[in-house]
Amino acid sequence: MALSATDTHRAIDAVWRIESARLIAGLARMVRDVGLAEDFAQEALVAALERWPESGVPDKPGAWLMATAKRRAIDHFRREKVLARKQEEIGHEIEAWREAAVDELDAAIDDSVGDDLLRLVFTACHPILSTEARVALTLRLIGGLTTEEIASAYLVPEAIVAQRIVRAKRTLADANVPFEVPRGDELASRLSSVLEVIYLVFNEGYSATAGGDWVRPALCEEALRLGRILAELAPEEAEVHGLVALMEIQASRLRARVGPSGEPVLLLDQDRVRWDHLLIRRGFTALERARRLGGAPGPYALQAAIAACHARARTGPETDWWRIASLYDGLARLTPSPVVELNRAVAVSMSQGPAAGLELVDALTAEPSLRSYYLLPAVRGDLLAKLDRNGEAREEFERAASLTRNERERELLLGRAAAATTGA
Amino acid sequence: MRFMVLVKANEDSEKGTLPDEKMLRDMGNFNEELVKAGVMLAGEGLHPTKEGARVRFSGGKKTVIDGPFAETKELIAGFWLWQVKSKAEAIEWLKRAPFDDTEVEIRQVYETEEFAASDPTGEIREQEIRLREQAADNAKR
Repeated sequence: MALSATDTHRAIDAVWRIESARLIAGLARMVRDVGLAEDFAQEALVAALERWPESGVPDKPGAWLMATAKRRAIDHFRREKVLARKQEEIGHEIEAWREAAVDELDAAIDDSVGDDLLRLVFTACHPILSTEARVALTLRLIGGLTTEEIASAYLVPEAIVAQRIVRAKRTLADANVPFEVPRGDELASRLSSVLEVIYLVFNEGYSATAGGDWVRPALCEEALRLGRILAELAPEEAEVHGLVALMEIQASRLRARVGPSGEPVLLLDQDRVRWDHLLIRRGFTALERARRLGGAPGPYALQAAIAACHARARTGPETDWWRIASLYDGLARLTPSPVVELNRAVAVSMSQGPAAGLELVDALTAEPSLRSYYLLPAVRGDLLAKLDRNGEAREEFERAASLTRNERERELLLGRAAAATTGA
Repeated sequence: MRFMVLVKANEDSEKGTLPDEKMLRDMGNFNEELVKAGVMLAGEGLHPTKEGARVRFSGGKKTVIDGPFAETKELIAGFWLWQVKSKAEAIEWLKRAPFDDTEVEIRQVYETEEFAASDPTGEIREQEIRLREQAADNAKR
């Protein structure tokens, strides 16, 4: 069947999305350098772009790409070897290792792909890299996104993302970061770095920190995909399922979170009929998987349990705020932070009344880390308005509006400030 | 975006014959691959149409027609719901499915936002929401 050039390019894009992570992971295990592995994979992609429009997409496109990348790798090592001989600078040990690496190429591919992918995930999220670099590298290497796609998702110039990725790869190579899954004590902290990166991507999509859109669903979808992949790569890790549960349930509200003209709709004002019940069900299943693995629930499982409380309530007033407040208690013990406290205060205000909540919120106003956090005045304004202290409420909403960088959210807050003025 | 993948019926599926062991294993592997890639949201196989029924709506009249139904190739034997980035990706995945001698159809799922263009006042959407509320109420009964 003949495909048009456009169709072939689309097919190549699709093959790349499906195969690239496995390709890079397999190559990285052999060449022990993620940056180099990605270069070989990219060379194979370029070869596909040259050949497939003529030859058609091969039956096993993944195998074709891997074979091509392997040939590039072997060529590279041969060139290096010749170079090394000429210069006689590289010791025998490295020579021997490179010989071995070439021999290993064939054998290694057929081994467990999952382990390689997991190694790739841990490497891309290595704590030696800045958070931004981890995010960019993860989206690029595991998500299979192009630099352009990452840049447009994050509303930054493509050159900046490209530079971040180049630097990240260099940092990993310079530091000789081993291509492995961390063991023992290191595993927990390294895993939390991976989960953090995925949740950051999700959150950037869920409530965009900047720009004109309140949500960017594509980033949420990408994070969910990464989470779902990770849940199968590391099925014994309860917190991975906790994170997936949290994202599934939050994503179930995406279409209810945006009003007809793109404005944010807050949880309690959302039309719950519009929630995505398939995703809610998937979230409950993931939460159950986390629970069955035993142990005390971690921070993601706790947050997922909170999200599940909302998902279970058919209407806002049916929400079990007492349970939510107690889950926030648990979360505050596990990961004490002013932001968690603020959320706990909201839950307390819903279960015990706005005055009880305001007391907790007032205790947070001196917190330096919350000084420019727009949600603090937003919540405080809300509680003050409920207590009919409208003048104070208006000031708080205006302050919150001046702190948010999201335009849609600013409109919402200014609207509430205006409403408080009328109410006063 | 989401795609519904519609697997057509054949004589065997309409007889209610379960797939042989090899097919079950291959399909199991394929499903596992889909799950591992974060693509599969849902997927089910369907009983033959002799267990099903149709309701025909015509001129205010509703007529119930019990299965089985004749036009085997037009019938559905199973479905998946996939989350992918493009139609091309859905096609690439489908090409990896272990089928033989059949045709499988992919259809993009409408996302609610897509109705916005033909519904500038939001009236139709309101109506849809009301209908869904009713459906939810009915489901409770």
